[in-house]
Amino acid sequence: MKRQDFHRKLTERWPETGLDEDCENGLVVPVEAIHDIMQLLRDDPETECDYLDFITAVDHPPEHMHVVYSLYSLGKQHRIQLKVIVDRDAPTAPTVSHLWTNAEWNERETYDLYGVVFPGLKDPRRLLMPEDWEGHPMRKDYLHANLASKPD
Amino acid sequence: MLTTDTDTRDIRTEEFELNMGPQHPSTHGVLRMILKMDGEKVMHCDPIIGYLHRSIEKLAESRTFTQVIPVTDRLDYCTSMTSNYVYVLAVEALGDISPPPRAEYIRVIMSELNRIASHLLWYGTFCLEIGATTPFLYAFRDREKVLDLFEMTCGARLLYNYLRVGGVSRDLPSNFMQEMIGFLDYWEPMIAEYEDLLDKNPIFYNRAQGVGVLTPETARRYAVSGPSLRASGVNYDVRRAEPYSVYADLKFDVPLGQSGDVFDRYRMRMDEMRQAAHILRQCAENIPAGKFLDLHNWRFTLPKGEVYKHIESPRGDIGCYLVSDGGDKPWRCKFRTPSYVHIQLFQELIRDVLIPDIMAIAASFDIVLPETDR
Repeated sequence: MKRQDFHRKLTERWPETGLDEDCENGLVVPVEAIHDIMQLLRDDPETECDYLDFITAVDHPPEHMHVVYSLYSLGKQHRIQLKVIVDRDAPTAPTVSHLWTNAEWNERETYDLYGVVFPGLKDPRRLLMPEDWEGHPMRKDYLHANLASKPD
Repeated sequence: MLTTDTDTRDIRTEEFELNMGPQHPSTHGVLRMILKMDGEKVMHCDPIIGYLHRSIEKLAESRTFTQVIPVTDRLDYCTSMTSNYVYVLAVEALGDISPPPRAEYIRVIMSELNRIASHLLWYGTFCLEIGATTPFLYAFRDREKVLDLFEMTCGARLLYNYLRVGGVSRDLPSNFMQEMIGFLDYWEPMIAEYEDLLDKNPIFYNRAQGVGVLTPETARRYAVSGPSLRASGVNYDVRRAEPYSVYADLKFDVPLGQSGDVFDRYRMRMDEMRQAAHILRQCAENIPAGKFLDLHNWRFTLPKGEVYKHIESPRGDIGCYLVSDGGDKPWRCKFRTPSYVHIQLFQELIRDVLIPDIMAIAASFDIVLPETDR
């Protein structure tokens, strides 16, 4: 399946689904529907996307943050990238960890580095940074004493 | 398996926690596992990562596209060429740059040589972890010869910084092909020697067969990749599924396993080494003359956009998700690494096993921690 086919399929139920201008293989989907969309893509015999490559976030200050999901189908050998746009001040996206178990660590990492909260995630601890770390280091406005420029 | 005879059933037992690592010789870096034990039996394993987190993705955001290449070397010290490769591939896809044909062949030669070096390192350490010391010496004796080939190509033995956007940093030395064929002629019969040490060894058999069985269903749920996935019988190799570079023109088999246990994962890597040698011989025959680099401006900008590129590393499917805002530095550079997935799998696979099995299972997935933590 090509991106247009995925787009056609998703717009039947979620008409606000749009093509991603930046990524030639991407779709932009509404954040509140991401769980249902992923479930449909996984279980529908036409799409059969059974392989979740990764979940990550991209910071776009001042307003938005993107959460990106990359899906692949081992049987059909096609790939699609989904993107949801969340509010940068309170980034939230529903968890998909009951669909793919590897989403668990991916979501923990995305929370750890970007502060995106995934309600429903069983184990929302930090993954890479120490548990008592303050802030989310991959955000563009993250400040830390070690990152500040030193006087000459 | 643990036998429960009636005499011990009356003794009161309780679960206790055992901390394994982060400083442990079998973890290839620093991995900590919190084990819930019931006597000798492991009931639950909680892998903790992050001890080697060097924030490579954050570092990448403050460097130009070319300056990121040596940083990607540090992703995985056993296969720096493939980490170089996947990043360079992503940059080239965004910038619509295509390397000259000779460079494509050099890249494939380097990735396959690196696959051999990495699998040899895996073979040596895997045997060490299940208690066999001799194979380690065999493996490292031959791995040195691969590293010599790298050294004569780019001057480095582990962290190569060899690939460039638009090609490779320098041409192969004039005697390289001769040396490589010489190495292959010597080394190919050696694979049988490695196998002889393990294949018919009843001690190894008992340690490996039926241990750590990974079903295709679980493998999908965790997005396992590489030889570990193919050992479970799932036919997925990026070189076949989405061929990059010149892999579409090369003939090679993708070995498949059946049972998905430690033994099958070991078999996969042995067969893959043979295929790698086969690919290398074809490359030596077909490599064209010509330029090895097409781009001579190291500071360039890429158009706004994003791309995901992935290749088959010795450990599995390594990917690079690159976002550019139109400047000369990556806006976001995410690496999807195979070991990250495989370590996560331990929480499901390391259950109802004995402590020595943990080592066998963990080692059979060929985990490397710097790649996991990035």
